[in-house]
Amino acid sequence: MTAPREHGAPADIQSGDAVSGTHPVQVHRYKAAARINHWITAASLILLAVSGMSLFTPNLFFLTGLFSGGQWTRTIHPWIGLVLFFSFSLLFVRFWRANLPVQADRTWLAKIGDVLRNRDDDLPELGKYNAGQKFVFWSMSALILVLISTGIVIWDQYFSPFTTIEVKRLAVLAHALAAIFAICVWIIHVYAAIWVKGTFSAMTHGVVTGGWAWRHHRKWLRELVVKVDGSKAAEIPHPHSATGPSSSPRRPS
Amino acid sequence: MFPPIPNASVAGEASRPRFSERDLVRRSASEVALPTTRLTEIAKLIDVTKCIGCKACQSACLEWNNLHEDIGYNHGVYDNPMDLTPNTFTLMRFTEWDNPESGHLEWLIRKDGCMHCADPGCLKACPSPGAIVQYSNGIVDFFHENCIGCGYCIKGCPFNIPRISKTDHTAYKCTLCSDRIAVGQGPACQKACPTQAIVFGTKDEMKAWAEFRIKDLKSRGFEHAGLYDPPGVGGTHVMYVLHHADKPSLYAGLPDDPSISRVVKVWKGVTKYFGMALMGAAALAGLAHYAVAGPNKVTEEDEDSAGSLATGRDLQPPRGHA
Repeated sequence: MTAPREHGAPADIQSGDAVSGTHPVQVHRYKAAARINHWITAASLILLAVSGMSLFTPNLFFLTGLFSGGQWTRTIHPWIGLVLFFSFSLLFVRFWRANLPVQADRTWLAKIGDVLRNRDDDLPELGKYNAGQKFVFWSMSALILVLISTGIVIWDQYFSPFTTIEVKRLAVLAHALAAIFAICVWIIHVYAAIWVKGTFSAMTHGVVTGGWAWRHHRKWLRELVVKVDGSKAAEIPHPHSATGPSSSPRRPS
Repeated sequence: MFPPIPNASVAGEASRPRFSERDLVRRSASEVALPTTRLTEIAKLIDVTKCIGCKACQSACLEWNNLHEDIGYNHGVYDNPMDLTPNTFTLMRFTEWDNPESGHLEWLIRKDGCMHCADPGCLKACPSPGAIVQYSNGIVDFFHENCIGCGYCIKGCPFNIPRISKTDHTAYKCTLCSDRIAVGQGPACQKACPTQAIVFGTKDEMKAWAEFRIKDLKSRGFEHAGLYDPPGVGGTHVMYVLHHADKPSLYAGLPDDPSISRVVKVWKGVTKYFGMALMGAAALAGLAHYAVAGPNKVTEEDEDSAGSLATGRDLQPPRGHA
């Protein structure tokens, strides 16, 4: 894990990331374990949002019907919360390194207007994640930490004797606020996947097209091409032949 | 002596409840149409200065409500159990206070329980429609079939009263014997009290009676005697006569100036509107953006470039490296 650091590049290459085929190029973005992990997290987050909102405002109380009533909603919500916490923790371990901020994120953010207008030509080449995706990752991480810690404080069935009522009041307010922000981040996350065509297949089949990777995560694609094709890259004059990670431990033999 | 409430009539008419769902002024997590005629406000007055700590009220409460408290432990104090529980709706709390002015050791005994606030924090916090109701006579009551056991009422209450049962996972507290009052009786605790430390009547009658008691106490040297009917919660329908009304917290931590916590008000007020607005705005922003900017599509050129790169014919230098 030490050798590739000298280019600063493969921090965002993760286990399973690979290029295959030429016409069309297919890029493996998420292996099955990561996808299953993601969808467990997604399902629990949606169930939590629905059950949580049903207890948040009387207008949505009817949603408790989906959980066979208020008592069950109250009972099950914290358990789903635990599932989310552990599932997201695994995602965190998988993805945190690729989400570390880099200089290109700053440039990308400075051109956020172009991003929103679909003018991609003048954007910097990016690794596996852009600054928007990194924002989703880190804000979800922080919010889920707030949600689990305040959630335990207000999980009266098991934890009521351990805190005062004053602390519980603050916890329930913080829990509601964190949940609101988390739902907003989730909306951004889902919308981005709808807006940027070709994204969904990354989480359904684990694969994106080469064109998608070229358009949105070109640096990552270049790194992968070099990784797969290290020897060839060294033979053919190529701007990236110098970065051939001949010492990469992940390189297929 | 306050005139005792006559025994219940056995006439057929008498058993018909005198108030019902039609008399609700508040219902948790719901809007109610205010009743056209309001019932006379009732109140229970607990004269702490007349209480002898016999716990007849506690026993009567258990008996009337068919509750059974577990056999506990003797902690070396008179309080038993040590706190309110889902079965103990009312609890005698004993405080020994060394009065620095008189040099007397005073034994302050307060019957703790739901105060039946005019502005009930439990009801404000409750997320479940109809689990907590307030009648126009002032009674705040829990409907267990609607209770989901979330414990929000505990967070809303300024007096730390409701308790969640570990058996049926619903919240319990004093009902002010709404079932007895509905048929013209007084609360069980009041009926059992041997010294008239607990009296029951209309709120106005109780205030007048308290006035009389306070005058008596003042004539006996309790210059700070007064009525505890805290305005921070809009007044209560369980009131105390205290010999030291200037220091309510002497009485086992009775709040000096209770009101619904600001945190609870923010949580149940602005946060709700802010939250729904923010989530709605995020979703609308997405729709608007899609309508204006449209989808971001991968082009044929992108695919070709990727193909060239993969076959090692990419001659285009990476952006930012030129």
